[in-house]
Amino acid sequence: MASNPYFSLAVLFVAAVGFGLAPLGLAWLWARFFSPPKPNATKNAIYECGLVSKGDAWVQFRSAYYLYAIIFLIFDVEAVFLLPFAVAFTGLTVAACVSMLIFVLMLVEGLAWAWAKGILTWN
Amino acid sequence: MDQDLKIELGKQGVFVTTIQDLYNWGRRSSVWPMQFGLACCAIEMIATTMARYDMARFGAEVFRPSPRQADLMIISGTVTKKMAPQVVRLYNQMAEPRYVIAMGACAISGGPFKQGYNVLKGIDRYIPVDVHIPGCPPRPEALLQAFMTLQKKIDEQQLTGEGRPRHLDAEAQGEFPVPEQGAHDLEPASNKGVWPVTIQGTRTRE
Repeated sequence: MASNPYFSLAVLFVAAVGFGLAPLGLAWLWARFFSPPKPNATKNAIYECGLVSKGDAWVQFRSAYYLYAIIFLIFDVEAVFLLPFAVAFTGLTVAACVSMLIFVLMLVEGLAWAWAKGILTWN
Repeated sequence: MDQDLKIELGKQGVFVTTIQDLYNWGRRSSVWPMQFGLACCAIEMIATTMARYDMARFGAEVFRPSPRQADLMIISGTVTKKMAPQVVRLYNQMAEPRYVIAMGACAISGGPFKQGYNVLKGIDRYIPVDVHIPGCPPRPEALLQAFMTLQKKIDEQQLTGEGRPRHLDAEAQGEFPVPEQGAHDLEPASNKGVWPVTIQGTRTRE
């Protein structure tokens, strides 16, 4: 088993997982033997400078943030398409490169629209 | 462990200690106070944290604004009856182990404003205080002395057994009742168990 090429990787994996789990295990043991948790209603209450909190914390947020999400999504998907294109670039025909160029130009037109609409300036 | 054996091993380059010593050393060297200043004593507390008197060298590096991250509450200043419920609620919201230093005469007993109708005659009516510092205001050196006294107190706390502190005992009191604003005074006027002295001239309100 020690001659397996992945053996050292397995050892490192076990060590990495142990590195994360050992402090958690020690903390659990400490809590069990020495320092039991003592929760109560006031201790777990919401902090509001010593006052009692009233009502909900749900506030209205600016819905214009959705535009940034859409623009990110579009260009992220474009990047996903561009990556295999870049890898296979040298083996492609001219027609394939032209169609990819049209795809990129369509998305650039979307970027130009967003720019002209003024979304890209933050105010 | 025998002291001579410890020294002998120390000469050979072996360092022995107990879990209790390590635990208490870690706790006393990193007591983080809560940002809690009420009145003039707060100015002296701020002066203690600044360059000349520097409380950071004792481990009180950062004053945490949140009670969940703080170990120590320095009640610095007069506690009014309007503020008292908030002080007690913040103390309850601190995670254990937690300690209280009553700084200045006002926090100990009402101080020079003892006859005031709105002055709480000492915060130890509602929460357990570990160190009291007399003074009006106490000098920064006095606050450092109190901090060192607290560190000594932490050092002597047991890890197991009967004498262990509140935070290691599951049955010990963890929630101190928060007073409400009554018609003339706070209700209750003091917390039983913390302030066992009955106050002359007041009815006990259950």
